[in-house]
Amino acid sequence: MGKKTPLYNKHLEKNAKMVDFGGWDMPLHYGSQINEHHQVRRDAGVFDVSHMTVIDLNGQRVREFLRYLLANDVGRLKKTGKALYSCMLNEQGGVIDDLIVYFQEETQFRLVVNAATHDKDIAWITQQAKAFAIQIRERDDLAMLAVQGPQTREKVKPLLPGNLQTSAMALAPFHASWNNDEIFVARTGYTGEEGFEMILPAQHAPDWWDALLAAGVLPVGLAARDTLRLEAGMNLYGADMDENYSPLESGLGWTVAFKPEDRDFIGRSALQAQKNQRTHQIMVGLVLREKGVLRAHQTVSVEGGGEGHITSGTFSPTCGFSIAFARLPAGVHEQATVTIRNKQLPAQVVKPPFVRHGKTCIDL
Amino acid sequence: MSEVPKELKYTESHEWVRVEEDGTVTVGITDHAQEKLGDLVFVELPDEGDPLNVEDTCGVVESVKAASDLFSPIAGEVIENNASLTDEPELINKSPYGDGWLFKIKPAKDSGLEKLLTAEQYTETIAEEE
Repeated sequence: MGKKTPLYNKHLEKNAKMVDFGGWDMPLHYGSQINEHHQVRRDAGVFDVSHMTVIDLNGQRVREFLRYLLANDVGRLKKTGKALYSCMLNEQGGVIDDLIVYFQEETQFRLVVNAATHDKDIAWITQQAKAFAIQIRERDDLAMLAVQGPQTREKVKPLLPGNLQTSAMALAPFHASWNNDEIFVARTGYTGEEGFEMILPAQHAPDWWDALLAAGVLPVGLAARDTLRLEAGMNLYGADMDENYSPLESGLGWTVAFKPEDRDFIGRSALQAQKNQRTHQIMVGLVLREKGVLRAHQTVSVEGGGEGHITSGTFSPTCGFSIAFARLPAGVHEQATVTIRNKQLPAQVVKPPFVRHGKTCIDL
Repeated sequence: MSEVPKELKYTESHEWVRVEEDGTVTVGITDHAQEKLGDLVFVELPDEGDPLNVEDTCGVVESVKAASDLFSPIAGEVIENNASLTDEPELINKSPYGDGWLFKIKPAKDSGLEKLLTAEQYTETIAEEE
Protein backbone atom coordinates (compact mmCIF):
# COMPACT_ATOMS: atom_id res chain seq x y z
CA MET A 1 0.00 0.00 0.00
CA GLY A 2 1.23 3.44 -0.84
CA LYS A 3 0.97 6.71 1.05
CA LYS A 4 -2.44 8.32 1.13
CA THR A 5 -3.32 11.99 0.76
CA PRO A 6 -5.99 13.55 3.04
CA LEU A 7 -8.39 13.14 0.10
CA TYR A 8 -7.90 9.39 -0.40
CA ASN A 9 -11.42 8.55 0.81
CA LYS A 10 -12.89 11.34 -1.31
CA HIS A 11 -11.36 9.71 -4.40
CA LEU A 12 -12.86 6.35 -3.50
CA GLU A 13 -16.25 8.01 -2.99
CA LYS A 14 -16.00 9.24 -6.59
CA ASN A 15 -15.09 5.74 -7.86
CA ALA A 16 -11.57 6.75 -8.81
CA LYS A 17 -9.30 4.18 -10.38
CA MET A 18 -6.32 4.40 -8.03
CA VAL A 19 -2.71 3.85 -9.10
CA ASP A 20 0.72 4.08 -7.55
CA PHE A 21 2.48 7.35 -8.35
CA GLY A 22 5.85 7.95 -6.72
CA GLY A 23 4.84 5.81 -3.75
CA TRP A 24 1.41 7.43 -3.35
CA ASP A 25 -2.02 5.96 -4.05
CA MET A 26 -3.41 8.52 -6.47
CA PRO A 27 -6.50 8.80 -8.69
CA LEU A 28 -5.76 7.98 -12.35
CA HIS A 29 -9.27 8.89 -13.48
CA TYR A 30 -12.83 8.91 -12.20
CA GLY A 31 -14.36 7.19 -15.23
CA SER A 32 -13.14 8.91 -18.39
CA GLN A 33 -9.83 10.71 -18.67
CA ILE A 34 -10.96 12.37 -21.91
CA ASN A 35 -14.08 13.85 -20.30
CA GLU A 36 -11.94 15.10 -17.41
CA HIS A 37 -9.50 16.65 -19.88
CA HIS A 38 -12.30 18.53 -21.66
CA GLN A 39 -13.75 19.60 -18.31
CA VAL A 40 -10.51 21.47 -17.55
CA ARG A 41 -10.27 23.02 -21.04
CA ARG A 42 -13.92 24.12 -21.09
CA ASP A 43 -15.02 24.62 -17.48
CA ALA A 44 -13.14 23.80 -14.25
CA GLY A 45 -11.63 20.73 -12.64
CA VAL A 46 -9.82 19.97 -9.40
CA PHE A 47 -6.72 17.83 -8.97
CA ASP A 48 -5.52 16.46 -5.65
CA VAL A 49 -1.80 17.24 -5.79
CA SER A 50 -1.18 16.73 -2.08
CA HIS A 51 1.48 14.16 -2.93
CA MET A 52 3.74 17.02 -4.03
CA THR A 53 6.28 18.21 -1.49
CA VAL A 54 6.02 21.68 0.06
CA ILE A 55 9.22 22.90 1.68
CA ASP A 56 9.56 26.16 3.60
CA LEU A 57 13.04 27.61 3.78
CA ASN A 58 13.86 30.18 6.45
CA GLY A 59 16.99 32.11 7.25
CA GLN A 60 18.80 35.41 6.83
CA ARG A 61 20.65 34.06 3.78
CA VAL A 62 17.82 32.18 2.13
CA ARG A 63 17.76 34.29 -1.06
CA GLU A 64 21.52 33.99 -1.42
CA PHE A 65 21.20 30.21 -0.92
CA LEU A 66 18.50 29.84 -3.58
CA ARG A 67 20.50 31.90 -6.06
CA TYR A 68 23.22 29.27 -5.64
CA LEU A 69 20.92 26.22 -5.54
CA LEU A 70 18.75 26.97 -8.59
CA ALA A 71 19.49 27.49 -12.29
CA ASN A 72 16.91 30.24 -12.60
CA ASP A 73 17.67 33.44 -10.67
CA VAL A 74 15.69 34.01 -7.49
CA GLY A 75 17.15 37.51 -7.62
CA ARG A 76 14.35 38.18 -10.11
CA LEU A 77 11.77 37.78 -7.35
CA LYS A 78 11.35 41.33 -6.09
CA LYS A 79 7.67 41.47 -5.24
CA THR A 80 6.23 39.51 -2.31
CA GLY A 81 4.27 36.53 -3.60
CA LYS A 82 6.07 36.30 -6.94
CA ALA A 83 6.79 32.76 -8.16
CA LEU A 84 9.55 31.36 -10.36
CA TYR A 85 9.88 28.04 -12.20
CA SER A 86 13.37 26.56 -12.04
CA CYS A 87 15.48 23.45 -12.41
CA MET A 88 17.68 22.28 -9.56
CA LEU A 89 20.88 20.90 -11.09
CA ASN A 90 23.78 18.71 -10.07
CA GLU A 91 27.38 19.78 -10.76
CA GLN A 92 27.24 18.10 -14.20
CA GLY A 93 24.22 20.20 -15.17
CA GLY A 94 21.80 17.25 -14.93
CA VAL A 95 18.32 18.02 -13.63
CA ILE A 96 17.74 16.75 -10.07
CA ASP A 97 14.21 18.14 -10.14
CA ASP A 98 12.08 20.98 -11.46
CA LEU A 99 10.19 23.12 -8.97
CA ILE A 100 8.36 26.33 -8.24
CA VAL A 101 9.77 28.77 -5.71
CA TYR A 102 7.62 31.47 -4.07
CA PHE A 103 9.06 34.59 -2.45
CA GLN A 104 7.12 35.14 0.77
CA GLU A 105 9.45 37.25 2.91
CA GLU A 106 13.13 38.13 2.69
CA THR A 107 13.72 35.38 5.28
CA GLN A 108 11.16 32.88 3.92
CA PHE A 109 10.75 31.21 0.54
CA ARG A 110 8.47 28.29 -0.24
CA LEU A 111 9.40 25.48 -2.65
CA VAL A 112 7.03 22.99 -4.29
CA VAL A 113 8.90 19.97 -5.64
CA ASN A 114 7.84 16.65 -7.18
CA ALA A 115 6.61 13.66 -5.18
CA ALA A 116 8.70 10.96 -6.85
CA THR A 117 11.92 12.89 -6.19
CA HIS A 118 11.09 13.72 -2.56
CA ASP A 119 13.93 11.83 -0.83
CA LYS A 120 16.77 12.92 -3.07
CA ASP A 121 15.51 16.52 -3.16
CA ILE A 122 15.41 16.80 0.63
CA ALA A 123 18.85 15.19 0.90
CA TRP A 124 20.36 17.50 -1.73
CA ILE A 125 18.81 20.69 -0.37
CA THR A 126 19.83 19.78 3.18
CA GLN A 127 23.39 19.12 2.11
CA GLN A 128 23.70 22.33 0.09
CA ALA A 129 22.00 24.45 2.77
CA LYS A 130 24.52 23.65 5.50
CA ALA A 131 26.88 26.47 4.62
CA PHE A 132 24.00 28.99 4.62
CA ALA A 133 22.43 28.21 8.01
CA ILE A 134 19.00 27.61 6.47
CA GLN A 135 16.10 26.13 8.35
CA ILE A 136 14.34 23.53 6.18
CA ARG A 137 10.80 22.67 7.09
CA GLU A 138 8.92 20.03 5.12
CA ARG A 139 5.22 20.83 5.28
CA ASP A 140 3.59 17.40 5.35
CA ASP A 141 0.88 19.02 7.47
CA LEU A 142 -0.42 20.72 4.32
CA ALA A 143 -2.52 19.52 1.40
CA MET A 144 -2.51 20.92 -2.12
CA LEU A 145 -5.37 21.31 -4.58
CA ALA A 146 -5.05 22.55 -8.15
CA VAL A 147 -8.24 24.06 -9.56
CA GLN A 148 -7.84 24.63 -13.29
CA GLY A 149 -10.01 25.76 -16.17
CA PRO A 150 -11.60 28.93 -17.58
CA GLN A 151 -14.38 28.92 -14.93
CA THR A 152 -11.97 28.55 -11.99
CA ARG A 153 -12.00 32.14 -10.79
CA GLU A 154 -15.75 32.45 -10.81
CA LYS A 155 -16.24 29.16 -8.97
CA VAL A 156 -13.46 29.55 -6.39
CA LYS A 157 -14.08 33.19 -5.48
CA PRO A 158 -17.12 32.69 -3.21
CA LEU A 159 -15.33 29.88 -1.35
CA LEU A 160 -12.35 31.99 -0.29
CA PRO A 161 -12.25 33.64 3.14
CA GLY A 162 -13.20 37.33 2.94
CA ASN A 163 -9.78 38.64 3.83
CA LEU A 164 -8.20 36.70 0.95
CA GLN A 165 -10.86 37.09 -1.72
CA THR A 166 -9.79 40.48 -3.05
CA SER A 167 -6.07 39.75 -3.11
CA ALA A 168 -6.53 36.30 -4.69
CA MET A 169 -8.76 37.68 -7.45
CA ALA A 170 -6.25 40.45 -8.12
CA LEU A 171 -3.30 38.05 -8.53
CA ALA A 172 -1.25 38.38 -11.70
CA PRO A 173 -0.13 35.12 -13.33
CA PHE A 174 2.64 33.39 -11.37
CA HIS A 175 1.88 35.25 -8.16
CA ALA A 176 0.60 34.01 -4.82
CA SER A 177 -1.32 35.45 -1.90
CA TRP A 178 -1.92 33.89 1.53
CA ASN A 179 -3.62 34.21 4.82
CA ASN A 180 -1.04 32.92 7.32
CA ASP A 181 -1.25 29.14 7.17
CA GLU A 182 -4.96 29.00 6.63
CA ILE A 183 -4.71 29.10 2.87
CA PHE A 184 -2.07 29.92 0.26
CA VAL A 185 -3.43 30.67 -3.22
CA ALA A 186 -1.18 30.84 -6.27
CA ARG A 187 -2.16 31.67 -9.84
CA THR A 188 -0.12 28.79 -11.21
CA GLY A 189 -0.82 25.38 -12.67
CA TYR A 190 0.16 22.52 -14.93
CA THR A 191 -2.54 22.64 -17.61
CA GLY A 192 -2.01 25.88 -19.53
CA GLU A 193 -5.44 27.09 -18.39
CA GLU A 194 -6.44 29.80 -15.99
CA GLY A 195 -6.38 28.45 -12.45
CA PHE A 196 -5.21 28.37 -8.87
CA GLU A 197 -3.02 26.07 -6.85
CA MET A 198 -4.09 26.14 -3.22
CA ILE A 199 -2.01 24.97 -0.28
CA LEU A 200 -3.97 24.50 2.94
CA PRO A 201 -3.98 22.52 6.20
CA ALA A 202 -4.49 18.80 5.54
CA GLN A 203 -7.49 18.61 7.89
CA HIS A 204 -9.33 21.27 5.83
CA ALA A 205 -8.76 19.51 2.51
CA PRO A 206 -11.87 17.26 2.55
CA ASP A 207 -14.16 20.26 3.24
CA TRP A 208 -12.53 22.21 0.43
CA TRP A 209 -12.95 19.26 -1.89
CA ASP A 210 -16.66 19.00 -1.05
CA ALA A 211 -17.16 22.75 -1.46
CA LEU A 212 -15.45 22.77 -4.86
CA LEU A 213 -17.51 19.84 -6.10
CA ALA A 214 -20.67 21.52 -4.81
CA ALA A 215 -19.66 24.61 -6.84
CA GLY A 216 -19.58 22.50 -10.01
CA VAL A 217 -15.85 21.84 -10.17
CA LEU A 218 -15.31 18.20 -11.20
CA PRO A 219 -12.51 15.90 -10.00
CA VAL A 220 -9.73 15.23 -12.51
CA GLY A 221 -7.15 12.44 -12.28
CA LEU A 222 -3.48 12.06 -13.12
CA ALA A 223 -4.21 10.64 -16.58
CA ALA A 224 -5.85 13.89 -17.72
CA ARG A 225 -3.18 15.87 -15.87
CA ASP A 226 -0.64 14.27 -18.21
CA THR A 227 -2.51 15.00 -21.45
CA LEU A 228 -3.26 18.57 -20.30
CA ARG A 229 0.34 19.39 -19.42
CA LEU A 230 1.66 17.86 -22.63
CA GLU A 231 -0.76 19.94 -24.73
CA ALA A 232 0.37 22.99 -22.76
CA GLY A 233 4.01 22.21 -23.62
CA MET A 234 5.08 21.51 -20.04
CA ASN A 235 7.73 18.96 -19.13
CA LEU A 236 7.27 16.01 -16.81
CA TYR A 237 10.17 15.13 -14.55
CA GLY A 238 11.41 11.58 -15.09
CA ALA A 239 10.04 11.50 -18.65
CA ASP A 240 11.23 14.69 -20.37
CA MET A 241 14.19 15.39 -18.12
CA ASP A 242 16.26 13.70 -15.44
CA GLU A 243 19.81 13.74 -14.09
CA ASN A 244 21.23 12.49 -17.40
CA TYR A 245 20.13 15.57 -19.31
CA SER A 246 20.63 19.28 -18.83
CA PRO A 247 17.87 21.89 -19.15
CA LEU A 248 19.35 22.82 -22.57
CA GLU A 249 18.69 19.26 -23.76
CA SER A 250 15.21 19.28 -22.25
CA GLY A 251 13.65 22.36 -23.83
CA LEU A 252 14.24 24.34 -20.64
CA GLY A 253 17.02 26.67 -21.74
CA TRP A 254 14.61 29.56 -21.09
CA THR A 255 14.62 28.73 -17.37
CA VAL A 256 18.38 29.04 -17.00
CA ALA A 257 19.57 32.52 -16.00
CA PHE A 258 23.13 32.89 -17.31
CA LYS A 259 22.92 36.59 -16.48
CA PRO A 260 24.19 38.16 -14.29
CA GLU A 261 27.44 36.48 -15.20
CA ASP A 262 28.86 36.71 -11.70
CA ARG A 263 26.08 34.59 -10.18
CA ASP A 264 27.52 31.18 -9.35
CA PHE A 265 24.94 28.39 -9.31
CA ILE A 266 25.31 24.63 -9.12
CA GLY A 267 25.83 23.23 -12.63
CA ARG A 268 26.70 26.58 -14.19
CA SER A 269 30.12 25.70 -15.60
CA ALA A 270 28.85 22.45 -17.14
CA LEU A 271 25.90 24.27 -18.75
CA GLN A 272 28.10 27.11 -20.00
CA ALA A 273 30.43 24.62 -21.68
CA GLN A 274 27.51 22.78 -23.26
CA LYS A 275 25.98 26.05 -24.46
CA ASN A 276 29.25 27.21 -26.03
CA GLN A 277 29.74 23.92 -27.89
CA ARG A 278 26.29 24.14 -29.53
CA THR A 279 26.23 20.43 -30.30
CA HIS A 280 23.87 19.32 -27.56
CA GLN A 281 20.59 17.57 -28.29
CA ILE A 282 17.40 19.58 -28.41
CA MET A 283 13.79 19.07 -27.42
CA VAL A 284 11.07 19.60 -30.01
CA GLY A 285 7.36 19.04 -30.35
CA LEU A 286 6.00 16.46 -32.78
CA VAL A 287 2.59 16.18 -34.41
CA LEU A 288 1.27 13.05 -36.07
CA ARG A 289 -1.62 13.54 -38.48
CA GLU A 290 -1.93 9.85 -39.36
CA LYS A 291 -3.84 7.32 -37.32
CA GLY A 292 -1.77 6.24 -34.38
CA VAL A 293 -0.38 7.53 -31.13
CA LEU A 294 3.11 8.83 -30.45
CA ARG A 295 4.39 7.31 -27.22
CA ALA A 296 7.49 7.59 -25.04
CA HIS A 297 10.59 5.70 -26.23
CA GLN A 298 9.54 5.45 -29.90
CA THR A 299 12.45 6.11 -32.25
CA VAL A 300 12.44 9.32 -34.27
CA SER A 301 14.71 9.81 -37.30
CA VAL A 302 15.42 13.13 -38.97
CA GLU A 303 16.72 14.10 -42.41
CA GLY A 304 20.46 13.68 -42.59
CA GLY A 305 20.40 10.42 -40.67
CA GLY A 306 20.21 11.53 -37.05
CA GLU A 307 18.06 9.72 -34.56
CA GLY A 308 16.34 10.53 -31.28
CA HIS A 309 13.49 9.39 -29.08
CA ILE A 310 10.09 10.49 -27.91
CA THR A 311 10.17 11.41 -24.23
CA SER A 312 6.39 11.92 -23.78
CA GLY A 313 3.62 11.27 -26.24
CA THR A 314 -0.12 10.96 -26.19
CA PHE A 315 -3.33 11.35 -28.10
CA SER A 316 -4.34 14.98 -27.65
CA PRO A 317 -8.05 15.22 -26.80
CA THR A 318 -8.14 18.93 -27.71
CA CYS A 319 -6.32 18.62 -31.06
CA GLY A 320 -7.85 15.28 -32.04
CA PHE A 321 -4.49 13.83 -33.09
CA SER A 322 -1.31 12.68 -31.44
CA ILE A 323 1.36 15.01 -30.04
CA ALA A 324 4.72 14.43 -28.39
CA PHE A 325 7.99 15.81 -27.13
CA ALA A 326 11.12 14.30 -28.67
CA ARG A 327 14.81 14.73 -27.92
CA LEU A 328 16.63 15.02 -31.25
CA PRO A 329 20.16 15.74 -32.49
CA ALA A 330 21.16 19.42 -32.74
CA GLY A 331 19.90 21.16 -35.87
CA VAL A 332 16.86 22.67 -37.49
CA HIS A 333 14.26 20.00 -38.20
CA GLU A 334 10.95 20.30 -39.99
CA GLN A 335 10.01 16.73 -40.66
CA ALA A 336 10.73 13.54 -38.79
CA THR A 337 9.88 9.87 -39.17
CA VAL A 338 8.59 7.95 -36.20
CA THR A 339 8.60 4.19 -35.94
CA ILE A 340 5.30 3.07 -34.46
CA ARG A 341 4.62 -0.64 -34.17
CA ASN A 342 6.99 -1.43 -37.07
CA LYS A 343 5.47 1.25 -39.30
CA GLN A 344 7.33 4.38 -40.39
CA LEU A 345 5.06 7.41 -40.11
CA PRO A 346 5.82 11.05 -41.00
CA ALA A 347 5.58 13.55 -38.13
CA GLN A 348 5.83 17.32 -38.27
CA VAL A 349 8.29 19.10 -35.99
CA VAL A 350 6.65 22.01 -34.14
CA LYS A 351 7.32 24.37 -31.28
CA PRO A 352 5.18 23.63 -28.18
CA PRO A 353 2.72 24.54 -26.69
CA PHE A 354 0.21 22.62 -28.78
CA VAL A 355 -2.85 24.15 -27.10
CA ARG A 356 -3.50 27.58 -25.67
CA HIS A 357 -6.73 28.88 -24.08
CA GLY A 358 -8.56 25.69 -24.92
CA LYS A 359 -7.67 25.73 -28.66
CA THR A 360 -5.04 24.14 -30.88
CA CYS A 361 -2.34 26.77 -31.42
CA ILE A 362 0.24 25.14 -33.69
CA ASP A 363 0.64 25.92 -37.38
CA LEU A 364 -0.05 22.83 -39.42
CA MET B 1 -16.45 -5.72 -11.54
CA SER B 2 -16.48 -6.08 -15.29
CA GLU B 3 -19.34 -7.72 -17.07
CA VAL B 4 -18.92 -11.20 -18.65
CA PRO B 5 -22.20 -12.20 -20.37
CA LYS B 6 -22.90 -15.91 -19.96
CA GLU B 7 -24.05 -16.53 -23.55
CA LEU B 8 -20.79 -15.39 -25.20
CA LYS B 9 -17.49 -17.16 -25.91
CA TYR B 10 -14.10 -15.60 -25.13
CA THR B 11 -10.39 -15.64 -25.92
CA GLU B 12 -7.47 -15.23 -23.54
CA SER B 13 -6.60 -12.07 -25.49
CA HIS B 14 -9.92 -10.53 -24.35
CA GLU B 15 -12.05 -10.78 -27.49
CA TRP B 16 -15.65 -11.93 -27.19
CA VAL B 17 -17.59 -13.92 -29.78
CA ARG B 18 -21.32 -14.20 -30.34
CA VAL B 19 -22.81 -16.80 -32.70
CA GLU B 20 -25.78 -15.19 -34.44
CA GLU B 21 -28.94 -16.97 -35.57
CA ASP B 22 -27.78 -16.99 -39.22
CA GLY B 23 -24.55 -18.77 -38.25
CA THR B 24 -22.31 -15.70 -38.62
CA VAL B 25 -20.11 -14.64 -35.73
CA THR B 26 -19.79 -11.17 -34.18
CA VAL B 27 -16.51 -10.20 -32.47
CA GLY B 28 -15.67 -7.47 -29.97
CA ILE B 29 -13.43 -6.77 -27.00
CA THR B 30 -14.60 -7.47 -23.48
CA ASP B 31 -15.70 -5.04 -20.83
CA HIS B 32 -12.59 -6.01 -18.88
CA ALA B 33 -10.38 -5.11 -21.87
CA GLN B 34 -11.98 -1.71 -22.48
CA GLU B 35 -11.71 -0.90 -18.79
CA LYS B 36 -7.99 -1.78 -18.76
CA LEU B 37 -7.30 0.24 -21.90
CA GLY B 38 -9.28 3.31 -20.82
CA ASP B 39 -10.65 5.84 -23.34
CA LEU B 40 -10.23 4.49 -26.88
CA VAL B 41 -9.12 6.92 -29.59
CA PHE B 42 -8.30 4.85 -32.70
CA VAL B 43 -9.48 1.55 -34.08
CA GLU B 44 -8.09 -0.38 -37.06
CA LEU B 45 -10.33 -3.21 -38.19
CA PRO B 46 -10.03 -5.99 -40.79
CA ASP B 47 -11.81 -5.29 -44.09
CA GLU B 48 -14.73 -7.10 -45.63
CA GLY B 49 -13.42 -10.14 -47.51
CA ASP B 50 -10.27 -10.56 -45.42
CA PRO B 51 -9.57 -14.22 -44.70
CA LEU B 52 -8.60 -14.85 -41.09
CA ASN B 53 -7.03 -17.76 -39.26
CA VAL B 54 -7.22 -18.36 -35.53
CA GLU B 55 -5.03 -15.89 -33.65
CA ASP B 56 -4.18 -13.84 -36.76
CA THR B 57 -3.36 -10.24 -35.89
CA CYS B 58 -6.25 -8.49 -37.58
CA GLY B 59 -6.37 -4.98 -36.17
CA VAL B 60 -5.50 -2.58 -33.39
CA VAL B 61 -7.45 -0.81 -30.69
CA GLU B 62 -5.62 2.18 -29.30
CA SER B 63 -6.45 4.18 -26.20
CA VAL B 64 -4.90 7.32 -24.79
CA LYS B 65 -2.88 4.99 -22.60
CA ALA B 66 -1.89 2.04 -24.82
CA ALA B 67 -2.19 0.22 -28.14
CA SER B 68 -3.43 -3.34 -28.20
CA ASP B 69 -3.49 -5.81 -31.10
CA LEU B 70 -6.69 -7.58 -32.06
CA PHE B 71 -6.48 -11.32 -32.67
CA SER B 72 -9.01 -13.27 -34.66
CA PRO B 73 -10.82 -15.64 -32.31
CA ILE B 74 -11.76 -18.05 -35.11
CA ALA B 75 -11.01 -18.88 -38.75
CA GLY B 76 -13.27 -17.50 -41.48
CA GLU B 77 -13.92 -14.54 -43.72
CA VAL B 78 -14.72 -11.01 -42.61
CA ILE B 79 -18.18 -10.02 -43.84
CA GLU B 80 -18.55 -6.64 -42.15
CA ASN B 81 -16.74 -4.25 -39.84
CA ASN B 82 -18.23 -1.65 -37.55
CA ALA B 83 -17.67 1.52 -39.58
CA SER B 84 -19.10 3.81 -36.90
CA LEU B 85 -16.04 3.11 -34.73
CA THR B 86 -13.89 5.23 -37.05
CA ASP B 87 -15.59 8.39 -35.77
CA GLU B 88 -16.77 7.07 -32.44
CA PRO B 89 -14.21 4.69 -30.94
CA GLU B 90 -15.71 5.54 -27.54
CA LEU B 91 -18.64 3.26 -28.43
CA ILE B 92 -16.35 0.43 -27.33
CA ASN B 93 -16.05 2.01 -23.88
CA LYS B 94 -19.75 2.76 -23.65
CA SER B 95 -21.10 -0.51 -24.98
CA PRO B 96 -18.43 -3.19 -25.47
CA TYR B 97 -21.01 -5.97 -26.09
CA GLY B 98 -23.46 -3.82 -28.09
CA ASP B 99 -22.76 -0.82 -30.32
CA GLY B 100 -19.04 -1.27 -29.74
CA TRP B 101 -18.80 -4.57 -31.67
CA LEU B 102 -15.78 -4.76 -34.01
CA PHE B 103 -16.39 -7.08 -36.96
CA LYS B 104 -18.40 -10.04 -38.22
CA ILE B 105 -17.03 -13.30 -39.58
CA LYS B 106 -18.50 -16.07 -41.69
CA PRO B 107 -16.85 -19.06 -39.98
CA ALA B 108 -14.74 -21.55 -41.98
CA LYS B 109 -15.41 -25.27 -41.68
CA ASP B 110 -12.84 -25.80 -38.96
CA SER B 111 -13.33 -22.42 -37.41
CA GLY B 112 -12.02 -23.33 -33.96
CA LEU B 113 -15.20 -21.97 -32.40
CA GLU B 114 -15.51 -24.91 -30.00
CA LYS B 115 -12.07 -24.19 -28.54
CA LEU B 116 -13.00 -20.76 -27.21
CA LEU B 117 -13.40 -20.09 -23.49
CA THR B 118 -16.74 -20.17 -21.73
CA ALA B 119 -17.83 -17.21 -19.61
CA GLU B 120 -16.77 -19.11 -16.46
CA GLN B 121 -13.33 -19.89 -17.89
CA TYR B 122 -12.82 -16.30 -19.01
CA THR B 123 -13.87 -14.97 -15.61
CA GLU B 124 -11.16 -17.18 -14.08
CA THR B 125 -8.60 -15.89 -16.58
CA ILE B 126 -9.19 -12.26 -15.67
CA ALA B 127 -9.31 -13.06 -11.95
CA GLU B 128 -5.80 -14.56 -12.25
CA GLU B 129 -4.60 -11.39 -13.98
CA GLU B 130 -5.63 -9.17 -11.08
